[in-house]
Amino acid sequence: MYDMKALYQAASVEEAVALRLEHPAAQIIAGGSDVLVQMREGKRAGAELISIYGIDVLRGVSMEPDGTLRIGSLTSFSHITRDPLIQKYINVLGEAVDQVGGPQIRNIGTIGGNTCNGVTSADSASTLHAWDAVIELTGKNGVRRLPIHDFYIKAGKVDIRVEDGEIQTAVLIPKESYENCFGHYIKYAMRNAMDIATLGTSVNVRLSADKKTVERARVAFGVAGPVPLRAATAEAMAKGQPVSLELAERFAQAVTVDINPRDSWRAAKDFRLHIAVESAKRAFIESVKLAGGEL
Amino acid sequence: MAQYQLVHFNLNGKDVERMVDVRASLTDMLRNDYHMTSVKKGCEVGECGACNVIIDGECFNSCIYLAVWAEGKRIRTLESLMGPNGELSDIQQAFIEETAVQCGFCTPGFIMTAVEILESGKLYTDAELRKLLSGHLCRCTGYENILRAVKKTMYRRLGLPMPTEPEA
Repeated sequence: MYDMKALYQAASVEEAVALRLEHPAAQIIAGGSDVLVQMREGKRAGAELISIYGIDVLRGVSMEPDGTLRIGSLTSFSHITRDPLIQKYINVLGEAVDQVGGPQIRNIGTIGGNTCNGVTSADSASTLHAWDAVIELTGKNGVRRLPIHDFYIKAGKVDIRVEDGEIQTAVLIPKESYENCFGHYIKYAMRNAMDIATLGTSVNVRLSADKKTVERARVAFGVAGPVPLRAATAEAMAKGQPVSLELAERFAQAVTVDINPRDSWRAAKDFRLHIAVESAKRAFIESVKLAGGEL
Repeated sequence: MAQYQLVHFNLNGKDVERMVDVRASLTDMLRNDYHMTSVKKGCEVGECGACNVIIDGECFNSCIYLAVWAEGKRIRTLESLMGPNGELSDIQQAFIEETAVQCGFCTPGFIMTAVEILESGKLYTDAELRKLLSGHLCRCTGYENILRAVKKTMYRRLGLPMPTEPEA
């Protein structure tokens, strides 16, 4: 038995918003692979829960008329990895979430939960930052959309307005963001399964038509700061540059300007800086190759 | 104040329903209300895989799954594998042949993941099988015998000869 005070179950987004307004102290539970574990550890003992797990309209990936890729917030990691639209337009996201926990966790864990936790190590978070994802929230005043960068406020804290009854309903990838883009994610962890990233690195590039020039390069890290973050200096440096191994090297060295990893029991700051540079280089090279470039 | 809810679902091919405490995990309900004792209470935080069951064709750790979420679902536990006269299934027999069972606590969870793997009808490499089995902890066998049992059954079901040399 879980130590919960009450369970409220929403069958629709409207019901979830109403329940949230009625019970502002309640915790939202999507797949539960974080919330239920925290309850077991006593951290949320006696909490009220609002389960949104039954809202099936929030599951699945679709394409909106303007070309925006829409990922319902309750889509599980394994379904994201297997989805044909994800595989076609943002394969790296499917690969990144295929490294979360183990198989059973990937069947229950949701992309909405992964982002609403506000955790820097979340395997989806660095890729969503690197692809300028937009978070869609639905509350009593309707739909609010904001860039994922603004969604993350600080470690464990995201911009969801409980007073407006908001829940996250989708993660969106604009067409401008994914078109002709190719990316690669590197999770550095101590084990291949059931581990949390020591550092997560997600790079993507868009090359010119002749594949010789970097039109745009983006890189984001998890666990390189209290929230997932982009390395703007490296991105600006690579923009418009000819594709080369030397560029990969300079791009990777430049990421250290913007990241600020900490010492923790998992790894030392110096070690994280070291693997950030190495991972950025490898992920950049791989991204260029995926985009059809030659190094 | 205790809060109860009527939960209907299909358990191992049979439609069932019962009033359930909303605080219960699916493991609690399967063990206590339906006596499905193959569903083991291991870590109870979704790490060890001992409580793994198949829900609508996918594997889930039932310890971090609310019992009330079972409403309308098709759930399969290890008990469903037994033949009409108590026969073991091929995958269970393979676990015995390969000495993939020692204390047996992780076995039902592993076997249900193996069932999902085998029912996909795909031929996986050793590396893929290791990844697919990675949501389970076994403290006795060292995993090699488990991998061999799953691999052997996969080849048998596909009607292919089992390679004699392990893959590099």
